[in-house]
Amino acid sequence: MSPRPLLEVEHLSRRFAIRRGLVFARKMGEVAAVDDISFTLARGETLGIVGESGSGKSTTARLVLRLLDPSGGRIHFDGTDITDLSGVALRRFRRRMQIVFQDPFASLDPRQNVGEIIAEPLRLHRPGSEAGYRARVAELLALVGLAPEQARRYPHEFSGGQRQRIGIARALAAEPELIVCDEPVSALDVSIQAQVLNLLRDLQQRLGLSYLFITHDLAVVRHVAHRVAVMRRGKIVEMDETEALFAAPRDEYTRHLLAAMPAVAPGGKVVERLAVLARG
Amino acid sequence: MDPLLQISGLRTAFPGENGGELAVVDGVDLSLARGQTIGIVGESGSGKSMLSLSVMGLVPPPGRIAAGEIRFDGQELTRLPRPAMRALRGRRIAMIFQEPMTSLNPAHTIGAQIIEAIAAHERATAPDALRRRAIAALERVRIPDPARRIDDYPHQLSGGQRQRVMIAMALSCNPDLLIADEPTTALDVTVQAEILTLLKTLQRETGMAMMLISHDLGVVTDMADTVAVMYAGQVVERAPAATLFTMAEHPYTLGLIASAPRGGAARERLLAIEGSVPAPSAMPAGCRFHPRCALAEPACIAAAPAMRAFGPEQAARCRRAPIESIAA
Repeated sequence: MSPRPLLEVEHLSRRFAIRRGLVFARKMGEVAAVDDISFTLARGETLGIVGESGSGKSTTARLVLRLLDPSGGRIHFDGTDITDLSGVALRRFRRRMQIVFQDPFASLDPRQNVGEIIAEPLRLHRPGSEAGYRARVAELLALVGLAPEQARRYPHEFSGGQRQRIGIARALAAEPELIVCDEPVSALDVSIQAQVLNLLRDLQQRLGLSYLFITHDLAVVRHVAHRVAVMRRGKIVEMDETEALFAAPRDEYTRHLLAAMPAVAPGGKVVERLAVLARG
Repeated sequence: MDPLLQISGLRTAFPGENGGELAVVDGVDLSLARGQTIGIVGESGSGKSMLSLSVMGLVPPPGRIAAGEIRFDGQELTRLPRPAMRALRGRRIAMIFQEPMTSLNPAHTIGAQIIEAIAAHERATAPDALRRRAIAALERVRIPDPARRIDDYPHQLSGGQRQRVMIAMALSCNPDLLIADEPTTALDVTVQAEILTLLKTLQRETGMAMMLISHDLGVVTDMADTVAVMYAGQVVERAPAATLFTMAEHPYTLGLIASAPRGGAARERLLAIEGSVPAPSAMPAGCRFHPRCALAEPACIAAAPAMRAFGPEQAARCRRAPIESIAA
């Protein structure tokens, strides 16, 4: 018996009105940012959603988190239909699904120190004592590879990679089961990207998290995802196990995307040298 | 034959605290032959963009070229008077940037901007002749229906087309050297591939040399003849692009290769470089990479390593290389 998926999305759509005119704006038509998409995400699984700009991948993220109301379709989370929930009922589910953004700096309040930033979801979702919050913040910082003393520092004192660690710690504070990762490494330098991808992987193994991993980067999605959905113009054009999709893409657009990937692989002496580095 | 561009001992610095200077480019030696492409790869803080601005004579004040030479076709650029440098820029050395929208003026048609670029470096030309040349420039970068698109404003074009317009402007005076600073970073993958192919084609057609600056080792090895890897203001490795992924010597280059996922071992940990790039005000003693290097030993901290040759075309700034000889 296979357990029910953590997240089930059925026929989800979101249309936006196109308006013309400044004073008497008239609705000129509609554009479907997300157009009848369906997918599931199991516990502990990573579903990659890959697409170019305007494909609807980020709108999908916001719909799933109920930050944006769908025009049609249903979203089930852990067996409950959350499509029409609001107020307290929605907030109970919000705790269980969090988001990590592309630009960690823009998503962190510059006037709050890191301890306050991470404690915020705790205060909202996990009532407790100040001492309890402090202990939990220290625990979360350690979990993402930062020192507990850094709780008193401010976002601008951190590098891009460290800020992304802070964003991840804040997302973990409420003990979510689902994390939507919206281009979480796109703004980071290559060496820092690898650190953050490793951190996300370790956290998934330790905490059994499910990731909806949204990215434009095929190499990244291939590395992190168990399954991949390729989006184009609001639709999922192809969805499959990662290895199968990359080995034998069926859709023409997927093939076009894969062909655009730079294809260089380490070989020769570099392989030996990387082994030496891995040994340290 | 002399190289088109020869950079030696280049040091570009900004004023620091207590009257000192902070070098963001520190002792760079590079050369580039006519018609060839050199790829400059590095992360933020590596100095790669400041290197390209140094060549263009566009180091933002109070920064300055504090030492070294930049010889371009026999001329020493660092001592060139401002008007002479301005004349050279655009006509013989041109540059394209990452974000075409910020380099294009939204209030003018793309035609007007291309014409301005051409007219800036040529003696009086008749308006209709200029317009014909602008159309030809758009045609050359494969913009469909150029006679009509010439009257478009930048916002009417896609990101990829805007970058094509920037390339058209840069190439309008047939430069000998094109500096491309992250020219495809802001673009979608499929568009990125198209722009890179276009640059290669144009290079074949014109014989210009290219200096391609990128954080992406894959893009650089695909495009360049030679790759220079920069770290903390210095070139740490120089190698032919064709053999970089099989012969790289420097632990930082190897770390960059290992950091980007390339299809092997899905969902396994990547071999990441721990830590982050040092600030110019906090350069580590000795080898600048030693705090992040898994193979650093006391000697790496005691003295800064020099560039050492590994074969005729490769050199690396690492005293432990070749590292496969290190006993397990």
